[in-house]
Amino acid sequence: MSGEHLVSALVRDEPRVLTRITALFGRRGYNIKSLSVGATETPGISRMTFVVGGERGVVEQAMRQLQKLHDVLQIIDHSQEKYVDRELVLLKVRVDKDTRLEVRQMAEDFRARIVDAGRQALMFEVTGDEGKITAFIEQMRPFGILETMRTGRAALIRGSNADIASHVYGGESQALAALASGLSPVPQPREASSRDGGEQ
Amino acid sequence: MTPTQDSPDIRWSGAGALWASLEAHGVHTVFGYPGGAIMPVYDALTFFPQIRHILGRHEQGSIHAAEGWAKATGQLGVVLATSGPGATNLVTGLADAMLDSVPLLAITGNVASHLIGTDAFQEADITGITLPVTKHNYIVRSAEDVPRVIAEAIHIARSGRPGPVLVDIPKDVQLAACEYRPADLRPHPPLPPREPEPAALAAALELLTQAERPVMMVGGGALDAAAEVTALAHAWNIPVITTLMGLGAFPASDPLWLGMPGMHGSVAANRAISEADVLLGIGLRFDDRVTGRVRDFAPRASIIHVDLDAAELGKIVSTHCPVRADAAQVARALKEQAPSQIPERPDWLAQLEEWKGRGHHPEVWGAAQAVRQVVARLGPDDILSSDVGQHQMLAAQLARFERPRRWLNSGGLGTMGFGFPAAIGAALAEPDVVSMVIAGDGGFQMTAQELATLKHADIRNVKICIINNSYLGMVRQWQELFHGERYSEVELGHSNPDFLKLADAYGVPGWRAEDSASLDEALEGWLNHPGSALLEVVVPSQHHVFPMVPAGASLSEMLETEPVRAGVMQTGTVQDSPDGVEAPGDDMEAVPIMALDAQRGGER
Repeated sequence: MSGEHLVSALVRDEPRVLTRITALFGRRGYNIKSLSVGATETPGISRMTFVVGGERGVVEQAMRQLQKLHDVLQIIDHSQEKYVDRELVLLKVRVDKDTRLEVRQMAEDFRARIVDAGRQALMFEVTGDEGKITAFIEQMRPFGILETMRTGRAALIRGSNADIASHVYGGESQALAALASGLSPVPQPREASSRDGGEQ
Repeated sequence: MTPTQDSPDIRWSGAGALWASLEAHGVHTVFGYPGGAIMPVYDALTFFPQIRHILGRHEQGSIHAAEGWAKATGQLGVVLATSGPGATNLVTGLADAMLDSVPLLAITGNVASHLIGTDAFQEADITGITLPVTKHNYIVRSAEDVPRVIAEAIHIARSGRPGPVLVDIPKDVQLAACEYRPADLRPHPPLPPREPEPAALAAALELLTQAERPVMMVGGGALDAAAEVTALAHAWNIPVITTLMGLGAFPASDPLWLGMPGMHGSVAANRAISEADVLLGIGLRFDDRVTGRVRDFAPRASIIHVDLDAAELGKIVSTHCPVRADAAQVARALKEQAPSQIPERPDWLAQLEEWKGRGHHPEVWGAAQAVRQVVARLGPDDILSSDVGQHQMLAAQLARFERPRRWLNSGGLGTMGFGFPAAIGAALAEPDVVSMVIAGDGGFQMTAQELATLKHADIRNVKICIINNSYLGMVRQWQELFHGERYSEVELGHSNPDFLKLADAYGVPGWRAEDSASLDEALEGWLNHPGSALLEVVVPSQHHVFPMVPAGASLSEMLETEPVRAGVMQTGTVQDSPDGVEAPGDDMEAVPIMALDAQRGGER
């Protein structure tokens, strides 16, 4: 299965952690399509969400390589779980007196907010999943998109205590204990399924 | 005692904490080379007389010595270097240790914290530079962090799949006062060996039970599971191939041993892989030098792959049964489930026995004969390290290792200059055995300055054997076979030093041999000399290492012997046949060798 795969990682908030991860992708030839990073509610731990391009086998290999990094505490493969994902996009669209109303109307349909308005351009803030973002951008394209900034997708597993809760956020959690002792927990990636290896 | 403004005591500093931490982790020998940015560490060393520091002559020599120590003992190797050029000189050794999974701790000094990032004198971003060639690295920000970081670094270097860890300590951090208590220095408890999943084990058992032509392939990840692997092979009566890194993990004297696989592997090993119906790989990573063309690797086999590193499972060859666990645990578990009646496998073993008789070097004077005569003198506990090139492959083919960690070489990175300093490290770890190195005339010169280390550390058990064919032999071999005999920049002979005079200049006695008889004579003097000594064996330059699987070819396209004439070689191919086992020897066909695509250029 080729395409895009959504993967999250909980990582130690250490200097160069981003470099370690992106360098690993770079030197092994994995393709990061988007990457978003931010602090979590636990001090010292950040969450990253990647969109990784490529065959399923390559993505699994990438996840296993990531898991080996000392600063990576946990990898979450969103293809295995129900999740919510969102991306925030700032989009600057050209308008004139003929199109202004139509553009605003269309943006309202997408629940995009106007965050800056001028005579010749409107800037929208739109949040949503991949489908909504793509549709909005396609709708705006004929009017003339002047500039775009996308934050990259961010994702969380649905439910009140998904697998990561027990592993990472619990009082006795492996990762927090590990963080206190300065050691990463023993990684527990899934075994390779049969004949799935990234041959060649 | 704590340092004060008036009487600073270097023992109670970041530098002192480093040595105290190393000592608490059982480190008693370190390799290194001082310089400006690591002077406080060397100052503090004077207060730790229990720790032996081996002064090399170049940081690359020191780190390979630390690797040799680690490879021979399985214990942590430790190397120190200063900032900038000292640190960058470690990079080759770190990359080497990374690829060969060697537990190594590298300590580098760095410029003072406030100078970092200013292009200060002898400043290099060594944590940035070594990021892809270390398992992990650290820059220590405060002296109080030293014990924690050292404990963590050593734990990472040793745990799971071992590897190198670098700790960079700015000079001000080395100097800063640090009160540490014994409790701060305690090592992390080792991780328990990882047990196999019952389901994975059951799947492996199922495959083994049904196997008619099974073969085991054992790599460097099984060096500490030799007893379990051997018992497993005997209980199931399965022949065993040991990779270049795995030589010694199964005794060479055992009738089930098939030799080494891959590019210069034995006929028996490569044919066994091509014909096996079940391949049980333990602690190996299916390197391209082992597999040949991947899609034709083990074409008839269901592959069981046992490795501690999940990222190796399915990375190169697709695996029917991945088992992520400790090699010894798996071998023990599979052995316990062996059938009560040991399978006899008469046809399979008879076939292998026939293949074992093929592809041997003729007994004519040359590098192969020289290596054969030299390695024959090794005792079962002696250590053989090799450099990289033809002599390495010959030594791997011809030496017979009965136990693990007696064979040290740079398998993954193929580092010329590795062999001699590695032998120094091993000699220090085990002063009562012979630590022999076989090197080429090219590779020896890459770290020949370490001859001085022999005298400095009074090392008496290193025996250096230079197989001098006046060429970069392996590159020459490829140029002859795959580059139309255009010998480009591989002739060393006319500019080589007189190796005996070179050794003599460092106070190391030397012997020279130029034929089989003079070699026997020289071996007596060289080995019986009560101290480290050098032996130069002058051999013809035109010999090749065979068998050979050309890069990009499949193992079944192995060239068993020297080509009949330049440009055309004889190759025996394994035929597809309904019963799977076929003696391929009779249908030799001529294949233009240039057609076998030499995909990889820079051979050493």
